[in-house]
Amino acid sequence: MTALLAIENLSKRFGGLAAVQKLSFTVEEHEILGLIGPNGAGKSTLFNLINGVFAPDTGSIIFRGAGITGALPFNVARAGLARTHQIVQPLGAMSVLENCTVGACFGRENLPLTQARQAAAEAASFVGLGERLDSPASELTIAGKKRLELARALAAQPTLLLLDEVLAGLNSTEVERMIDVIRRIRERGITILMIEHLMQAIMSLSDRIVVLNSGQKLAEGPPAVVANDPAVIEAYLGDPQLAAEFRGAVA
Amino acid sequence: MILLRRPFFWIVAAIIVMFVVAPSIGNNVQMREDLLLAAVYIVLASNLNLMLGYTGYVNFGSIVFFGLGGYFCVYFMSALGWGLAPAALVAGVAVSAFALFFGLGILRLRGAYFALATIGVNEAVQAFVTNFEPWGGGTGIYLSTELFQPLGGPARALWIIYYILVGVMGLSLYLSYFIKTSKFGLGLLAIGQNEDAAAVLGVPTPRYKALVYCVSAFLPAIAGGLYFFKGAFIQPIDAFDLQFSTEAIVIAMLGGQGTVMGPALGAFIYEQLRGWLLTSDTFANFQLVIAGALLLVIVIFAPGGLMGWLYGRWPRLKKVLE
Repeated sequence: MTALLAIENLSKRFGGLAAVQKLSFTVEEHEILGLIGPNGAGKSTLFNLINGVFAPDTGSIIFRGAGITGALPFNVARAGLARTHQIVQPLGAMSVLENCTVGACFGRENLPLTQARQAAAEAASFVGLGERLDSPASELTIAGKKRLELARALAAQPTLLLLDEVLAGLNSTEVERMIDVIRRIRERGITILMIEHLMQAIMSLSDRIVVLNSGQKLAEGPPAVVANDPAVIEAYLGDPQLAAEFRGAVA
Repeated sequence: MILLRRPFFWIVAAIIVMFVVAPSIGNNVQMREDLLLAAVYIVLASNLNLMLGYTGYVNFGSIVFFGLGGYFCVYFMSALGWGLAPAALVAGVAVSAFALFFGLGILRLRGAYFALATIGVNEAVQAFVTNFEPWGGGTGIYLSTELFQPLGGPARALWIIYYILVGVMGLSLYLSYFIKTSKFGLGLLAIGQNEDAAAVLGVPTPRYKALVYCVSAFLPAIAGGLYFFKGAFIQPIDAFDLQFSTEAIVIAMLGGQGTVMGPALGAFIYEQLRGWLLTSDTFANFQLVIAGALLLVIVIFAPGGLMGWLYGRWPRLKKVLE
């Protein structure tokens, strides 16, 4: 079986900084792959390379058997790869429904407007924004905007969903609700590649974990194995609290 | 037809009927000239709004479409002996093609850089035309009054041109509405809110921007053709007068950028105000100063313009107006 997403030998430099170096890994269909690593490890850059915000210097990205290396973001979206942003990017003056309709209209399904509105309303309800369809996106709380990011991406009915820290900045109740939403997304058959700093959450959600450090792959494997990898613990020792949390998450 | 059930459709229809009937009663030529200018303003502001209001790109040089349309149309008629209809239509198509070509280039720029580039395009075209002998260079092209004969002589021709312009005005408003309620329009509005996020969501941003720039050139070019044919004279400093561009921006902002009715409302009010200022002893030379001050006040205190203010007061109006 070929992987849904295959990253091969990917590198990206910003001036003197090698943000991503010779990185290779795959995402298999229907799995949740967690991407972790200290701040500045290159996780968000990797997302930006995958969905076409940046073009890589070298290497290739194969999605569903076709090369999307260097493709522009809207072409990647059309191919069935949706993402959320770590820093929320709502279309502020537009309503929740309109935001999601954009996703449904221009995503993988490329739906006509009327059908897109239905798909959009459904996606909004799925993440718990069903009551706020007509609210301007700018009026949502941070948790609401995070949900909107997710709803917009889902409305496109993607094959692969990239989640960039959807749990950051949420309180514990909101985190639990969001984890539940992510589980239900997976039950729909959508493959997920997620970046998360909240160890408890990502260790329990992920089937496999890839650890990045300084743009390179440090470790890869099931959560329990990765968490006990000496190299990984070493990388996190710069942040003792995180290291403790890290071990605690799988204990 | 869903359109027929929208109050908006009937409001615009009523405006068109008013424009047609009011000056026709008693052959009121003065009123016709006033309304003709209002119609031109509506065409310019309404099409500018596709860029400014929907897509969030400030086109400071939108008058280049109007002027070039005028030149093409007048040239086709005087040098090639074409009739008004084919000349104006082909002028519209030619200017749209021109806009598509330039759009693909300058729409890579954003914000102030794009705005400056649009002024550059206008200035460059003006400089080119001023030195382009087939179009009469700096002196321009005079039309022989014989060209009015196929329309039944000058007096009748002016009425016919006026009616066609009113039609172009109606088309502009329906076009605005049609785009706003379409998938294309949704993509444009998304670009206007956050271009990068729109692209990530799948909106083909470069193609959409170039397309809307191209579409926003078509009707103003036809209006330019009609306008300069009516005057029987065209020269570069009139055709590419940036003042007209600036006024179109003031009008779109005054009425409410991003709304369909806003530019029409703004054009009507601005035209009244302008008429009053031009005839007033005190303000006759300060018309643009007032326009500039007006723009400042709108941008600072009422960025949504008149329509935004109306919607704020009576949110239900959103269901009736567009």
